[in-house]
Amino acid sequence: MSPAEEDQIKQSARNGWLLSAPALFVLTVAAVGPLVIILLYSFLEAGKHGNVVWNFSLEGWQSILWTKDIFTDSYVWADAHLTIFWRSVKLSFMTTIFAFLVGFPTAWFIATRPPKARAFWLFLITIPFWTNLLIRTYAINEVIRAQGLLNTILMKIGAISKPLELVYTDTAIFIGMTYVYLPLMVLPLFAAIDRFDMRLLEAGYDLYASRWDILRRIILPIVKPGIIAGSILVFVPSLGAYVTPRVLGGGKQMMIGNLIELQFGQGKNWPLGAALSLTLLLIVTAALLYYVKVANGEKSHG
Amino acid sequence: MAKPSFQVARLPGFSTVAMLAFLALYIPILTLVVYSFNSEISMGEWGGFSWKWYEKAWANEAVKDATLRSLNIAAFAAVISTALATMAALGTTRRRVFKGQTFIYVMINQPLMVPEIVTAVALMILFGLIKTVTGVHGLGYLILAHSAFCIPFAYLPIRARLEGMDLTLETAASDLYASPWATFRRVTLPLLMPGVIAGMMLAFVVSLDDVVITEFVKSAGQDTLPTYMLGQMRRQLTPEINAISTGLLFITVAMLTAFFLLTRKQD
Amino acid sequence: MTTQNAIEARNVVKAFGQGDTAVRALDDVSVEIRQGEFFTLLGPSGCGKTTLLRLIAGFEMPTDGVILLEGQDITYLPPNKRPVNTVFQSYALFPHLTVAQNISFGLEMLGKPRGEIKQTTERMLALVKLEEMASRKTSQLSGGQQQRVALARALAPQPKVLLLDEPLSALDLKLRQAMQIELKRLQTETGITFVFVTHDQEEALTMSDRIGVMSAGKLQQVGSAKDIYTRPVNRFVASFIGETNFLQAQAQGNKARLSSGDVVDLDAAATGAVTLTIRPEQIRLADPADADALPATVTNLVYFGTDTHVHLALADSTEVVVRQQSPSTGDSGVVMGQKVGLRFAPGAAQVVGD
Repeated sequence: MSPAEEDQIKQSARNGWLLSAPALFVLTVAAVGPLVIILLYSFLEAGKHGNVVWNFSLEGWQSILWTKDIFTDSYVWADAHLTIFWRSVKLSFMTTIFAFLVGFPTAWFIATRPPKARAFWLFLITIPFWTNLLIRTYAINEVIRAQGLLNTILMKIGAISKPLELVYTDTAIFIGMTYVYLPLMVLPLFAAIDRFDMRLLEAGYDLYASRWDILRRIILPIVKPGIIAGSILVFVPSLGAYVTPRVLGGGKQMMIGNLIELQFGQGKNWPLGAALSLTLLLIVTAALLYYVKVANGEKSHG
Repeated sequence: MAKPSFQVARLPGFSTVAMLAFLALYIPILTLVVYSFNSEISMGEWGGFSWKWYEKAWANEAVKDATLRSLNIAAFAAVISTALATMAALGTTRRRVFKGQTFIYVMINQPLMVPEIVTAVALMILFGLIKTVTGVHGLGYLILAHSAFCIPFAYLPIRARLEGMDLTLETAASDLYASPWATFRRVTLPLLMPGVIAGMMLAFVVSLDDVVITEFVKSAGQDTLPTYMLGQMRRQLTPEINAISTGLLFITVAMLTAFFLLTRKQD
Repeated sequence: MTTQNAIEARNVVKAFGQGDTAVRALDDVSVEIRQGEFFTLLGPSGCGKTTLLRLIAGFEMPTDGVILLEGQDITYLPPNKRPVNTVFQSYALFPHLTVAQNISFGLEMLGKPRGEIKQTTERMLALVKLEEMASRKTSQLSGGQQQRVALARALAPQPKVLLLDEPLSALDLKLRQAMQIELKRLQTETGITFVFVTHDQEEALTMSDRIGVMSAGKLQQVGSAKDIYTRPVNRFVASFIGETNFLQAQAQGNKARLSSGDVVDLDAAATGAVTLTIRPEQIRLADPADADALPATVTNLVYFGTDTHVHLALADSTEVVVRQQSPSTGDSGVVMGQKVGLRFAPGAAQVVGD
């Protein structure tokens, strides 16, 4: 390579950095940088009235799983925390699976419409996707609460004699999360199915496959990257959900997000809150790395 | 009559599930909208059409205040994030892959990957420290936070537009004696404009919708519409919330329709 | 002033990639393109012809070597500072500008006065016969019209050299033939040096004053269409342009003995093992009894409308193809398996390098 060419390449890279620098600065100050602060706070001592005392301590990390018994000074399992972790993971998995079971046929339906109709149906999925999460949570709450639409209808037709007590239960959170995160499953699935070559189906039927064989042996393996993308997109925000469990769980049925908030509020244990935040971040990062690995693997096959 | 031909893409039951999914997605939203016009306070009964709750919300100083603040923050955040995202998109597309480019992608998309609650808590601590030290409590913190998490949303359509743009157009401009700056102003920017506007609208909607980060970063008396609503949901629910939600919903749908038409027109 | 070359490339090398994986798109290419000529770079895809064009335009910089424009070194001059314009393969018309705005773009960038821009634009529109389309968006034009806008846009600033990168490849056959004539007319009218890149030998032969044949990053031969067709320097040039027969032979003086044992005349002396090339239309079928003719057997007849290709085998089964005008009666005069004689003029058989 001649020096002139090298100069050109160097300048191109320098311009790339210069143009990206302002965005990187804002992201560092208001998105990435603050994460370093929580790392620091997770190793400090909790202040009596919230905030922190600037002494090194592992208490924050320890109290994720263990509570100090004030009488015996020994550590016991923090049952409340474990319950909340279990609920978060369980509800997130359930949400992901159910969103897939509903989202896959929906995405398939959209992708197999004629082009004009497809744009319309896709738009219908996009509207809830961009609609305020709080409004959607509130809307589903209006439907499932004691005097809500669901109970009113079921009572009117005589299916039940007294209202179903859905609100403030795990079921309510599960319904709510599936409702608010369904578009996140449908959109990547649609993108994958849209690229799917429908002539493969003709080939499959030509080779004596049944509809079930076609789905299991041809469609699902080929759209797998879309399935994984959709699942991650639903699982990650479910695990970190804050608004939906707060509104539909009524402060009783907490998830990790609410537990974190609690530590910065009434719990007055900022180091624990910081440690919990980082734990959540680690789980989410692991899920994303898994996705990147699978996605890259698929790419190198294709 | 001819028999219908064999439909390869049909899978039994899929259309039914899809229809049910669309109904399930829209019934709650439509119920919310319909009941915003109910003259009764209870969901159980329909007391006739009325603008009562809209009038009530409009007369509510706290709502008006929060609405203006929401729009104010969203406007600033949309403009700032779009400007930054446009520059970053120009810096990271259509040039030879350079060292650190992946790092820039990860940084830009970081707000999409980190759970909101984690960023919210982290910002609360950091900005809390700054507020204590400086004694400044302005809207700047919220605008800064919103600008940051809006960047990836503005970046995506702009980058897509840039990548779809024919590179030879700029080569042609430079062949016709345009300096790099003239090429940018006369060729690149006009062609990029639909992407920039689309990005700005997405950023606006995303900022307008934010609950979690705003809830943690705001100082006292800095409620936006969503955090005001979240606060109200702890108390007695009245159709006033439905009216506010419907208003917000209307803005979102209008923006999305415009976005949809804008991005469709380019091909 | 002596006649200066419009473009001169000296020992130009262009490598893509680095180290062991580097590919030499241009491997020590030197060429002189004369003032006012229609010069064509001809070669298969990947031969480096477009790379050479992009180096002249300034879109890329050579790894080594020098490029001169009218004697001035322009090797590292950015494209917007070179009085050289390009007609792109994809046309690259600005979709957000009208036809007239596209044409005046270069003039505006040069900071020409308004009146002159207007005048030149109108003149260019007339030159390419698009006066009525001036205020149309380019997307509303047909392929042929877009092509003409691209030409007008590149000619408007009156460049010293016009570069054309396979500009006709997107057009259908009829339009392409019309545009070939149009291009030649424009070149004659404007007197601007044209450097035309194509992989289509017919295009090259019909339009060019001179042709540079390229292959594998090297310039194989430069010359007039006739030179290149009748006196190809090597096997590649002979087979890339037109169809030909290759015959292995042992040469001595002006005689060569073919592998079949027959002896043919050469118009230039040579010695040792050589490859001969003979164009199919330069061979005539003769009576097998003719003592001077090479004996051969007809193995296949392929009908091409005006022509018929007669495939023949020499004594050692070497294949030779002869092109004959198809007789109007539909009877080709020969049948499969027939024994015939082959005759050709002494200059027809050319010795070529490998």
